[in-house]
Amino acid sequence: MAVKYDLQEREVWDGNFAASQALRQADVDVVVAYPITPSTPIVENYGNYVANGYINGEFVMVESEHAAMSGCIGASASGGRVSTATSSQGFALMAEVLYQASGMRLPIVLNVVNRALAAPLNVRGDHADMYLGRDSGWIQFGAFNAQEAYDLALCAFKVAENHNVRLPVMVHQDGFITSHTAQNVYPLSDEVAYGFVGDIDPVDDMLDFSRPVTYGAQTEEDWHFEHKAKQHKAILDSTPIIDDIFAEFKKLSGREYKRIEEYDMDDADVCVIGLGSTVESARVAAKEMREEGVKAGVVAIRCFRPFPYEEVREALSGVKSIAVTDRSSPGGAMGAFYNEVAAAMMTSQSRPLVTNYIYGLGGRDISIENIKTIYKEQQANADAGYITTDIQQFTNLRGPHLGFFKTARG
Amino acid sequence: MAVESQDINLLANDNRGKSQLEAGFDLLGWDEVTQGSVLPSFDGDATQVAFQKAEERTYSGYNSYTATVASWRVVKPIFNIDVCIDCQNCWVWCPDSSILSRDKQMLGIDYDHCKGCEICSEVCPTNPKSLLMFSEYADIETELSQWPQKQKKEKK
Repeated sequence: MAVKYDLQEREVWDGNFAASQALRQADVDVVVAYPITPSTPIVENYGNYVANGYINGEFVMVESEHAAMSGCIGASASGGRVSTATSSQGFALMAEVLYQASGMRLPIVLNVVNRALAAPLNVRGDHADMYLGRDSGWIQFGAFNAQEAYDLALCAFKVAENHNVRLPVMVHQDGFITSHTAQNVYPLSDEVAYGFVGDIDPVDDMLDFSRPVTYGAQTEEDWHFEHKAKQHKAILDSTPIIDDIFAEFKKLSGREYKRIEEYDMDDADVCVIGLGSTVESARVAAKEMREEGVKAGVVAIRCFRPFPYEEVREALSGVKSIAVTDRSSPGGAMGAFYNEVAAAMMTSQSRPLVTNYIYGLGGRDISIENIKTIYKEQQANADAGYITTDIQQFTNLRGPHLGFFKTARG
Repeated sequence: MAVESQDINLLANDNRGKSQLEAGFDLLGWDEVTQGSVLPSFDGDATQVAFQKAEERTYSGYNSYTATVASWRVVKPIFNIDVCIDCQNCWVWCPDSSILSRDKQMLGIDYDHCKGCEICSEVCPTNPKSLLMFSEYADIETELSQWPQKQKKEKK
């Protein structure tokens, strides 16, 4: 019998602590981990809960992140509820095994505390690791603050383990900004939280000796394509189930989540679309722009994979100029997020102007003033009817202006 | 001494080695393949499978038991039961479980799954060997009728 954990109605938790509490309340059976900054406290706290009897689970310390995700796969294929956490270089070392987990359709929940990828070495938050996982076949949720890191981790288990989904889920939060900033968090009681997540109902579990199964089959050109197509359809088909689970969570908590969040968008002429903690800064900037007479709005992606193309198109169709903000070094292309949004808007009737801002690499701050400048440039685009700046620009960067690729629509 | 050639279907279930992995038929569409390419080994409840003999088990179509890989083989082992001492060395070493043995008695080769690696012949301790490698097209009965004789150790 697990020891009762004393919870207040309102707690002051940082994002890491919030995520670890979700793991405790979901009664996670196995955490296999190799801790890395800034995600370390998530798995450290889980180990603490096991050691102090708050949870009947297994904490397995391994020799690398590659081994951590491999261990998670073994435990998940055995039929357990499994989770871990990582960041940055650890995420990169996990990358190979991430594809194994999704290909085998194992409902692992990975808490990713976003951090830049070296070189040069950096421990602060940007989205390079999150982008590295974008083709891995995992569902990706984005939390913008500690409360959301907690809420979405609980939702993640329920989505992943749903028999019509059976896909691993990442819950992203920004390194330090979210993971280490203590905020008010309103947790559910243990009973309500576990009642929401429910018992895991394993599929193809290897501990079912009445039905032995093979995991990790080899499929060459005559089989591989069909299996990957089925997997792609599964992740795209998960959207109504995610919506249902978010709706169910709202009934319990009063907190509403959507795969795409919209703020001040009803009459917006210009908007910033973003990911992660920057969304909250953009909301403040949009409010200030409205006081200056600019109809500014914010769109945020809650569910990065499966990417909500239709919802993005619908939300942005009435906007004249859109700033897509990418917090990852694009490495010789437009930002990956820009490409998703531009693809969605390409098929819209209105075809608004779409610009790309690279910002905040390695934890560089983006200020309200920076975002207001972005809004002003969008308003200038909207007034001119074409993109007046370089399509891709670097924001809050020292040195001469850095921008690339000019519009041919002017 | 008369030796009998091995029954090709020795200790075999009806579906052993029936499908060809490389044949290109029985291919399923994306909507029919198993989730996560997870493959069940048996049809029905397999709780007692560890206590059943191979020919009694309900191997599923996904189990390698029901597929043959014999077309890869260029040399095959032939087993001479009259020389064998049932030491089980070949059974232990065979990497593909293709040595057919029952009650610690060596009985023959599973030619649907043997890939002709020669390990069984290499580890056989008898003189002459009870397992020798021949061309895939060699006739088992003919080779057994002209099996090599015992060789004396050379004096130093």
